[in-house]
Amino acid sequence: MPKLTLKDLQKKREEVKKSVILREGGDYKAKVTVHMGTCGIAAGARKIMDSLLAEVEKFDARDVLVTTSGCAGLCSREPMATVELVGKAPVKYVDLDAEKMKKIFEEHVQGGNIVTEYALAYGSEKTSY
Amino acid sequence: MKDERLIEAIEKHSQIEGSLLNLLQEVQQKFNYLPKEALQEISDEMNIPLSRLYSIATFFKNFSLTPRGKHSIHVCMGTACQIWGGQKLVERVGELLNIKPGETTEDLSFTLDTINCPGTCGLAPVVMMDKEIHGKVTRDKVAALIKKYQG
Amino acid sequence: MASYRLNIMICAGTGCVSNRAFQIREAFDKEIRKNSLEKEVLTVMTGCNGFCAAGPIVIVQPEGIFYQKLTVKDIPFLVEEHFLKGRPVKKFMYTPPKETEPIPKMNDISFFQKQVLIALRNKGIIDPEAIDDYIARDGYAALSKILSKMKPQDVIAEIKKSGLRGRGGGGFPTGLKWELARKAEGEQKYVICNADEGDPGAFMDRSIVEADPHTILEGMTIGAYAIGASKGFVYVRSEYPLAVERMHNAIAQSKEYGLLGDNILESGFNFDVDVIQGAGVFVCGEETSMIASIEGKIGEPKPRPPYPVEKGLWGSPTNINNVETWANVPAIILRGSDWFSKIGTKTSKGTKVFSVAGKIKDAGLVEVPMGLTLGEIIYDVAGGIHSDKKFKAVLIGGPSGGCLPADCLGLPVDYESLTKAGAMMGSGGLVVADEDNCMVEMARYFLNFTKDESCGKCTPCREGNAAMLDILTRITQGEGTMEDLDLLEDLAHAIKDTALCGLGNTAPNPVLTTLRYFRDEYIAHIKDKKCPAHECRQLNTYTIDEERCVSEGHGCDVCRRNCAYDAIMGEKGKAHRINQDKCAKCGVCYEVCKFAAVKVD
Repeated sequence: MPKLTLKDLQKKREEVKKSVILREGGDYKAKVTVHMGTCGIAAGARKIMDSLLAEVEKFDARDVLVTTSGCAGLCSREPMATVELVGKAPVKYVDLDAEKMKKIFEEHVQGGNIVTEYALAYGSEKTSY
Repeated sequence: MKDERLIEAIEKHSQIEGSLLNLLQEVQQKFNYLPKEALQEISDEMNIPLSRLYSIATFFKNFSLTPRGKHSIHVCMGTACQIWGGQKLVERVGELLNIKPGETTEDLSFTLDTINCPGTCGLAPVVMMDKEIHGKVTRDKVAALIKKYQG
Repeated sequence: MASYRLNIMICAGTGCVSNRAFQIREAFDKEIRKNSLEKEVLTVMTGCNGFCAAGPIVIVQPEGIFYQKLTVKDIPFLVEEHFLKGRPVKKFMYTPPKETEPIPKMNDISFFQKQVLIALRNKGIIDPEAIDDYIARDGYAALSKILSKMKPQDVIAEIKKSGLRGRGGGGFPTGLKWELARKAEGEQKYVICNADEGDPGAFMDRSIVEADPHTILEGMTIGAYAIGASKGFVYVRSEYPLAVERMHNAIAQSKEYGLLGDNILESGFNFDVDVIQGAGVFVCGEETSMIASIEGKIGEPKPRPPYPVEKGLWGSPTNINNVETWANVPAIILRGSDWFSKIGTKTSKGTKVFSVAGKIKDAGLVEVPMGLTLGEIIYDVAGGIHSDKKFKAVLIGGPSGGCLPADCLGLPVDYESLTKAGAMMGSGGLVVADEDNCMVEMARYFLNFTKDESCGKCTPCREGNAAMLDILTRITQGEGTMEDLDLLEDLAHAIKDTALCGLGNTAPNPVLTTLRYFRDEYIAHIKDKKCPAHECRQLNTYTIDEERCVSEGHGCDVCRRNCAYDAIMGEKGKAHRINQDKCAKCGVCYEVCKFAAVKVD
């Protein structure tokens, strides 16, 4: 590997910053939960997750927390995800696919506008923290 | 002493200034002690008086001029371990192996030493078996450890 | 570079490694693959988290969930529940003493709340073996800044303005030391990192080297630039094999990136570093001894002046700073002296890392602003006394420091307050003693340590400390006299005034502080022939409560079988008794009795 210059070092830092930023904890403007129960996974929750993570990376959205939860109890409408903007009620989305997830991310998570056509209801189960 | 391991170590460390201590550490690690012939060889190769090597070998605690046991037991005598009864563990190991700190069992299986803190005070009292650190050691646990290493 | 949904930060400090952290990681990776989560979840081995009492520790980021005391068999359940199904597992979380509900998030645990991280800013966030992780956290940005924008004099001025003082014990202003080294004449100059943490009962420096070796290298490179040195050494004690390994690894990576070596970042500045392993001698932490041992001589101290900044390694100007001092440097350069000097007290700026151990609930490593009180560290951060026993003393500064009583818990930790109380900051080792620890024995322990570690060069240390040890040993065996106390004080002052180096000068501190704060314990040993803490076993009498032996223990016979002196009479099922003529007072019966039937007086 060639020796770094000042510019190279700066470039390198930009490149690697993302990998570490998620380890620092901190405040989030939004939390997206993908429901990963057995039925969720069977219905394609993994593709939802992949699409979501790709969006997070694309927008370099460091203030979005991506998490999973178990079965939401509404197995027939899987895959599902819940979007919770800080200070707002959580919104549940159902019957998702990768494209829908992308749209939800861009309009709701980033833009703050609920994508009503995919939304099921407001409200959420309690989490343990 | 024409030993591959020794020649290699001398070659590696004679390149770096200030590396005599590192060289002796490596020899100690490879032979489990500092053989007289090895010191002679270092003296010849690096042009250092044997008396100076001898003074270093006896000043620093890590070095031994006699062969050490196959396994080393280091009982920590740091402050936190002292507070948690480390002294009693030294006595216990001594009693089990019939040796005092600094001594090696006749069959060359164990050497008992004290160590001034490997820095895992949160786990006191601590015993190091070879390089492995064991924490919250009790009378029974140290006996079991010795048994394990005997087997 | 891929980003992961979850980062599993596994503590790989020496403490957690001895609690099987590496096996835990293997188990995690296996389960993550099994659940097809390898693209979403990443495991990272980090440096010491600090909360050693809860090891092995795993933190799940970005949620900040804190898991403790994990075992390999817990991992399949944890991975499935939390990583796959998103349900953090309560039973592996930390529950504070006296509470019933566990605390899920690391930052809500009181151990972490009062901490302010500068030297430890990367602990638990980066993989200490990955230079890219360090760079991602603004690593080597301070070096870029000075090489592109600052003259050596500016760097020195900035460090001086920050008020940073040596974290190795003495508290000498770092910027001033650098200035002296810069002004000293000599073509070749050196910088050294003192990682020979000799204080038995302290592990700050080990943890910093293990958790963040690059911050030390960056700090040293900045220091070398400031004073005009081209060569550095990191002197690590060989008792810290993991720290040695990580430092070697970090140096190799930095060289590969051109952050060490010739023409660093195309600035024309050259600097190189080698690691020297200490060889088990305490006095080598003293700077002139350290220099002698790097020169390939025995590690004996030399009189000062001349100071190493004028005439050090191979006669050249040499600037030695301790690990923690170096670790502060990049942060100060990057964030500015104004930011740094706002933290701490008037004379002691910034933070201090302490290792807290002994009879304490949450033993571990903490970094707090200067000026916090000893009591706040012991009770609010480290959870108070183990098993809710009574606090007796805090031993601060190791063999060079002192034993401070409960009255001193209100003392703020800064260089001046601790010195005034008869102790010293030292490198930051705090060991807590409770009512079961004897303070005379404590003083004897420290003296025994310094006697063993005295290099023997000067008479006050060699003979004086041995004489004090003799007296203390006699007192712990019940053979002391009241005159001994005066003699101890005289000897202590004489040694303090005349010994050649810091080891000798400070060796009497534990004796002087125990005499000052715990004189009644000395008197109990001398006049009543009793050890109030029952630690001096020669003064104890062991007896068996025969009624309890039968009613509680059913004459279990364990004490008799463990007695090496055949001093216990009795048989299984019946009451046991100790033959006082044969009893060697080893105390083993007291330790092995599970029914509290053996009494000590």
